[in-house]
Amino acid sequence: MQNPQTVLPPITERSGILRWLRHNLFNTWSDAILTVIAASLIYWLTKNLLTWAVTTAEWDVVVANLRLFMIGQFPLEQAGRLWVALAFLVFLTGNSLAIWDRKSYIAAFLILGLPVFLIFLPFAPQTRIWLGVMAAAGILGWGLGYTAPQSVKRSVAIGWLIALPVFILLTRGFTPAVADVPNTPITIVPTNLWGGLLLTFLLTVVANIFSFPLGLLLALGRRSELPIIRWFSVGYIELVRGVPLITILFMAQLMLPLFLPNGQDIDRVLRAMVGMTLFSAAYLAENVRGGLQAIPKGQFEAAHALGLSSAKTMYFIILPQALRLIIPILVGQFISMFKDTALVAIVGLFDLLGIARTVLSQPEFIGLHREVYAFVSLFYWGLSYVMSYISQRLETSLGLGTR
Amino acid sequence: MNDTNQIIISARDVHKWYGNFHALKGINMEVNKGEVIVIFGPSGSGKSTFIRTINRLEEHQRGEILVDGIELSHDVRNIEAVRTETGMVFQQFNLFPHLTVMQNITLAPIQVRNWSKKQAEETAMQLLGRVGIPDQAHKFPGQLSGGQQQRVAIARALAMQPKIMLFDEPTSALDPEMIKEVLDVMVELAQSGMTMLVVTHEMGFARAVADRMFFFDQGQIVEGGKPDDVFNNPKEDRTKLFLSQILSH
Ligand SMILES: Nc1ncnc2c1ncn2[C@@H]1O[C@H](COP(=O)(O)OP(=O)(O)OP(=O)(O)O)[C@@H](O)[C@H]1O
Ligand SMILES: [Mg+2]
Repeated sequence: MQNPQTVLPPITERSGILRWLRHNLFNTWSDAILTVIAASLIYWLTKNLLTWAVTTAEWDVVVANLRLFMIGQFPLEQAGRLWVALAFLVFLTGNSLAIWDRKSYIAAFLILGLPVFLIFLPFAPQTRIWLGVMAAAGILGWGLGYTAPQSVKRSVAIGWLIALPVFILLTRGFTPAVADVPNTPITIVPTNLWGGLLLTFLLTVVANIFSFPLGLLLALGRRSELPIIRWFSVGYIELVRGVPLITILFMAQLMLPLFLPNGQDIDRVLRAMVGMTLFSAAYLAENVRGGLQAIPKGQFEAAHALGLSSAKTMYFIILPQALRLIIPILVGQFISMFKDTALVAIVGLFDLLGIARTVLSQPEFIGLHREVYAFVSLFYWGLSYVMSYISQRLETSLGLGTR
Repeated sequence: MNDTNQIIISARDVHKWYGNFHALKGINMEVNKGEVIVIFGPSGSGKSTFIRTINRLEEHQRGEILVDGIELSHDVRNIEAVRTETGMVFQQFNLFPHLTVMQNITLAPIQVRNWSKKQAEETAMQLLGRVGIPDQAHKFPGQLSGGQQQRVAIARALAMQPKIMLFDEPTSALDPEMIKEVLDVMVELAQSGMTMLVVTHEMGFARAVADRMFFFDQGQIVEGGKPDDVFNNPKEDRTKLFLSQILSH
C-alpha cells in the first residue's frame, strides 16, 4: 500500500496567497460581494474601537485599581500568602505540562513566559519580585517534571488533590486577629474582604469541584431502581434546571439561613458557593446521564455476565467510558460556570464584576464605564480562551474522537 | 458425555414475554455436566432469549431454572452466584474498550473472586496462550482483529473458571477467515470437558463436538437429540426445512 502522505495534492490545491484568496474569498461573484461587505464592516468596527482605545479611553482607571480587580479588599500585608498559593499552582502546572504534555511548547511558554513578560511592565517593585518567583516556580516545576517524569508523577497527583485546600487555607489564614497582636502573616482574612479575580476563581473552582460528586450521584440516582431515590433525583434536577441561576443565588442568600439552627450564620461567600454548587450539580447530572446513555447495553451485559455487581459495573466499566466521552462537555460547563459567577455581583459580592461596579462608584472614576467593562470583558474572554485551549490539548492527548 | 449424568442446568417450563409478545413458550431442558449443547433455529425463535435466561441477563416469568443447584430467582445473591459460575461469549464480543486485553481478563477474577493481581495475571497469560494470542496482552481491544477480540472474550470468560460456558452466535460477526480460529478454540474447550451451551449455525462444529442439539422455532423446542439423529433423520418437517436451508450453502 502506498503511504498516503507521499501523495501530493493536485496542483490547483497547493498553496500561494493569491490562489488562497481566489479560492476562499473571491470564488464567485456573491462570495466576492460578501467578502467586501464583511471586510468593510470589520474595518469600520476595529477602526472605531482602536481609535477609542488609544485616544479617548482613560486606562488609568484600570491601572490604578488593578489590585482591586485582582484581589478586592484583601489586605496588602497578607497578599504574600496569595502569591505563595499562586506559585504552588504555577509549580504544579509546569510540572504537569512537562509530564503529560511535553510537546506543548506554547502552554509551557505561557506558564513560564507570561510572568517574565509581566515583570517588564511598570509594576511596583514588590509585585515584580513576586512575578519573578512565579516564573521560578514554573521553571522549577517544569524542569522537575521534564527530568524525572516517572518519579514525580505520584506527588504531582497528590499536589493537585491538595491544591484547593492549600489555596483556601492560605487565602483564609490560620489565626484570628487579636487586638494586641495585629496582623501576622497568618491572620485570618474574613471572606467579605475576598474579591476580584480571586473570588471569581474560588467560586468557579469550588462550585465545579463540589458539584461533580453531587451531579454524579444525581445522575446515578436518576437510574436507580428505588423509586424514592429516582423521584428525588428527577425532582431535584428538573426543579433546579427550571430556575435561573440568579434566583438560586438570591435564595441561597435569603433562604439558607432558614434551614440553620437559630442564630447560626453562614458566610455570604459560602452561601454563594453552595448556591452555585447546587445549580451546577443539576446540569452536570444531565451531562453525565447523556454519557451513560451513550454506553452500549453490551457493556453492562458483559460485566454482569462476569458476575460483577451493579456498583462495580458502574465504577469499573461504565463510568470511566461515559466520563471520558463527555470531557469536552464538562469543560464547556466549567467555562460557563466561570462566566456565570459574575452573577454573584448582583447579590452583593465583590467578584471581578462586583469590583468593577465598586470602582465605578469611586468619585474620581465616575463615567468610565466603557474602560472598566471593556477591561473586565477582555479578562473573562482571555481566561475562557486559555481554558478552552487547555481542554483541546487535553482532548487530543487523551485521543478523544480518534477512536 | 459424562457417565455420572450429573444435571448442572435444568430448565422447566420456562416462559418469557416481552410486553405481549410470547418469546419463550415453555422450554424444558436438562444439561449434564460436561455436555456440549448446540441450539439452532430461525431468527427470532428465542435462542438468545433462552440462553440469556440461564445467567439472568433476561428474566423468565414462569417456570424454573436451576443452575448448579442454585435457583434463579429475584435474589441478587443467587443471580451473582450463578453468574460467577457461568461464562458468556457474545456475538459482538463486548470487550471493555477502555481496558487492555490483560485488564479485560483480570478485572473479574480480582474484583469478584478476590484473586491477587499476580495470580490473575498469571492465569490470564496462560489463557491467552490457550486461545493462541499470548503476545497481545497489552493492546487495547480496538487494536485487535475480530477473531482475536472474540478469543480474548473467551479467555475473559474462562478466567473466572466457570463451570458452564454460554455462547451466543460467537462467530456470526466474524469474517470467514476468522471463524475457524474461534471455532478451534471452542472445539478444544469442548474436548476439555467444559459444559457448553452454544447458539450457532456452524453445523460442522455441531457435528464434531455436540452431544445433543436442539432446534428452536417460535419460542419452542421443536426437536432435540444426538447430532446424528437430528442431521440424518429429523422428525419434524420444520427441522428438515431449516436444515436443508442452512446446509445448502
Ligand atoms: N428486548 C426485547 N424487547 C422486545 N422484544 C424482544 C426483545 N428481545 C428480543 N425480542 C423478541 O423476542 C424474539 C426472540 O428474540 P431472540 O433474540 O431470542 O431471537 P434469536 O433466536 O436469538 O434470533 P437471532 O438469530 O436473530 O439472534 C424476537 O422476535 C425478538 O423480536
Ligand atoms: Mg440471537
